[in-house]
Amino acid sequence: MNSSGIHVSGSLRKRLAVTLIGGVTILTVLLFFVIRNYATQIAQQSQDSILRASVTSILDAATIRNGDVVLDIPYAAFSMLSTTTDDRIFYAIYQDDTVISGYENLDIPEASARAESRFRTITFMQVPVRQVTASRVLVGADLQTHVTATIAQTQDSLSGTLNRISRNAAIFGAGFFSLAVLLSAWVTSTTIGPLTRLADSVARRGPQDLSPVSKPVPSEMVPLVSSLNLLMARLDRSFKQSEDFIAEAAHRVRTPIATVRSHAEMTLQRVDKEENRQALRSMIRAIDETSRAAGQLLDHAMITFRANQLEFHDVDLVQIAQEIVLRLTPITEMKDVELRLDVDPSVKVSGDPILIQNVVRNLIDNALKYSPSESVIEIEVRGTPTPRLEVRDQGPGFLYDEIDTLTDRFTRGRNATGVIGSGLGLTIARDVAAAHGGKLTIGNNLAGGACVTFIF
Amino acid sequence: MRYFYILICCLWLSVTSAEEWEEQKLFKGSSATQTLRLLSSTDTSVFAPVIEKFLLENPTLNIHYFVTSSATVYQRFRTSPDQFDVVISSAMDLQLKLVNDGFANQVEDLLHPDWAQWRQSLFGFTLEPASIVVNKAAFATLPKPQSRQQMIEILRTNPADFQGKIGTYDVRQSGLGYLFATQDARASESYWRLMEIMGSLDTRLYCCSGDMIEDLASGSIIIAYNVLGSYAMARADLADKIEVLHPSEFPNTMMRTALIAQETRLPQQAELFLRYLTSSRWSEPGQTETPLPSLRTASENTRRSIISLEPGLMIFLDRLKRRLFIREWESAVIQ
Ligand SMILES: Nc1ncnc2c1ncn2[C@@H]1O[C@H](COP(=O)(O)OP(=O)(O)OP(=O)(O)O)[C@@H](O)[C@H]1O
Ligand SMILES: [Mg+2]
Repeated sequence: MNSSGIHVSGSLRKRLAVTLIGGVTILTVLLFFVIRNYATQIAQQSQDSILRASVTSILDAATIRNGDVVLDIPYAAFSMLSTTTDDRIFYAIYQDDTVISGYENLDIPEASARAESRFRTITFMQVPVRQVTASRVLVGADLQTHVTATIAQTQDSLSGTLNRISRNAAIFGAGFFSLAVLLSAWVTSTTIGPLTRLADSVARRGPQDLSPVSKPVPSEMVPLVSSLNLLMARLDRSFKQSEDFIAEAAHRVRTPIATVRSHAEMTLQRVDKEENRQALRSMIRAIDETSRAAGQLLDHAMITFRANQLEFHDVDLVQIAQEIVLRLTPITEMKDVELRLDVDPSVKVSGDPILIQNVVRNLIDNALKYSPSESVIEIEVRGTPTPRLEVRDQGPGFLYDEIDTLTDRFTRGRNATGVIGSGLGLTIARDVAAAHGGKLTIGNNLAGGACVTFIF
Repeated sequence: MRYFYILICCLWLSVTSAEEWEEQKLFKGSSATQTLRLLSSTDTSVFAPVIEKFLLENPTLNIHYFVTSSATVYQRFRTSPDQFDVVISSAMDLQLKLVNDGFANQVEDLLHPDWAQWRQSLFGFTLEPASIVVNKAAFATLPKPQSRQQMIEILRTNPADFQGKIGTYDVRQSGLGYLFATQDARASESYWRLMEIMGSLDTRLYCCSGDMIEDLASGSIIIAYNVLGSYAMARADLADKIEVLHPSEFPNTMMRTALIAQETRLPQQAELFLRYLTSSRWSEPGQTETPLPSLRTASENTRRSIISLEPGLMIFLDRLKRRLFIREWESAVIQ
């Protein structure tokens, strides 16, 4: 694409894929953290609820006997805290603000809401623990006191659970991610598909096919396709106009010129005065020049036009050469020149017959113009090694210092002085050869005379 | 916490003056370069075969073996945790508390049944049921109790025979006695009825199994409750004088447990010793044999009776709970 001079800025497919996969990545990471966070909460809640049950059972066992707080902690209060990883347990019982049993340096949080269980995560004995604290008011005969129980438990089991959940969440996330990536790849290719198909169908068209795109396309592509159709319609129109113009022009120019020339000829017959006759002769010559130039110009225009949208047909070179030789017979007889055909039985090439005819005519025309009378012009057509058509004459041939420039537009040789011509014949031949993927070689025979070869 | 220390200090002040040990012995390896310090509640005579076998396998080590009561083991280790490498005790509750309070090292990759370890730090390596031991001669005419209920009935019907002739642990002094007593009390009310009857018959209280078994053999007492059967069996010389009975209704089986001190200077060697203990290799028949029953002796039945290594054990170490229990026990047994 770059090679055809189009500026490329990124790729739709890549942009789509990157956006989709980027989105999926963000989603996956988000999902992972949401699951993890949620799991953390649930795991923490279940630890909290067991801790609360334990604290409650301890507080329930508190009574006042003989003015003393008596606390017969139930065995289950600690048993229920058993975990698979054997988490450590710390506890303390406070009466008002003094520790009456348990770990003395296990602090309790502010007594803002003594009746409620208070949860927090702290570091105790250099390890992180989850602590729950609850209080109860005991009323005895002559005593009213707050009893506070606090239990702290390490979180080995919790973090084990979390690691397990994280691992599962990671596996799940990876699965989700790869699935989503596959899906994005599929979505990308189906989205880009119609575009690729449109490009293909346009590229596959024949040169003459400028019909609008008729296959259904997705709605987003409608503006593109309608502009494309519009453009093609305009192109079609302008092609037709040029073709018409060339045909029309050829007709409109040639006829009046021919009329003028015949008038001039007739006048020449009637005029006797030598200087008038001289003037009329140069007039006729100028008319011939003009006519030739106009014809060649139109031919060249037509060739440039057709070469752009070349239509290939099977063409027999031999047949074309024979037809043209036949048509030229009157002229050759007048000039006493022999056209000698040396051809293979049949040489088939694929190309535009009108253009090829034009070339052959121009080459023979040159040979006739630039070689003397009573000479032989050889026309050779060969099928091997590659199809070729060669025209050789016995004239003076090309001037070597000019050969390279003679195929340029309107360029004529020094030997052409006094010969009618416009300098477009070889240009046409070269352009047609190039349009058919072949080439034109110009040179002289060893024995003298020009030799021009049209190779396919 | 401080109250707990004070309590224990008061209770065992008599036995805990600085460098006093019930027994201590240096076992020498044949090419020893380092010394592993073992703090234990197991009598040297009972444990020596285990150590000797280990030293045969690991001759580069010496083992310095310190023996004291299970409660003192706990207390000494807490006050100087850097003085010992391995701690072995019959008081599962105290050992569990040591681990809970961060005094033990974890041995991550030591495979041991879940019911016999806690936190990969505390490892049970023996199975020793609490039993009733009787004097054979004295029981020639009396029925032998197969359960606590039967014991209650026998004591009730023959008070004269048993007056002053019953022995049991003083739970205020013996860590193991306290463990057995609290587990009994947890399991059944009949424990308290038994204690009341034993109290009414002037039960004699002992700090340690050794003395109790001596007295049983001599006949100064004729029945002992909640003694370690393994200790009784260890006395082959007394085998014809005493008989070990296992109460059938709620047997309690204790595991002797070992832990590696968190501050040990020889963590690898300590781990080596722990692996040796838990492997039960020491119980294989050899020149000298220990009477300690290894975990290999566990049957489905004994498994159910094993006191489980769980945080619940720490409940009875609670100051308030202990005070309540001791008060109740005293009112029943001492009267
Ligand atoms: N067979 C030939 N022998 C010698 N010179 C030739 C021959 N053919 C072409 N030339 C030279 O090449 C020049 C270019 O030829 P080209 O056919 O392009 O132009 P032209 O013949 O002069 O004009 P026209 O457009 O009318 O053919 C001629 O002017 C002539 O000088
Ligand atoms: Mg020409």
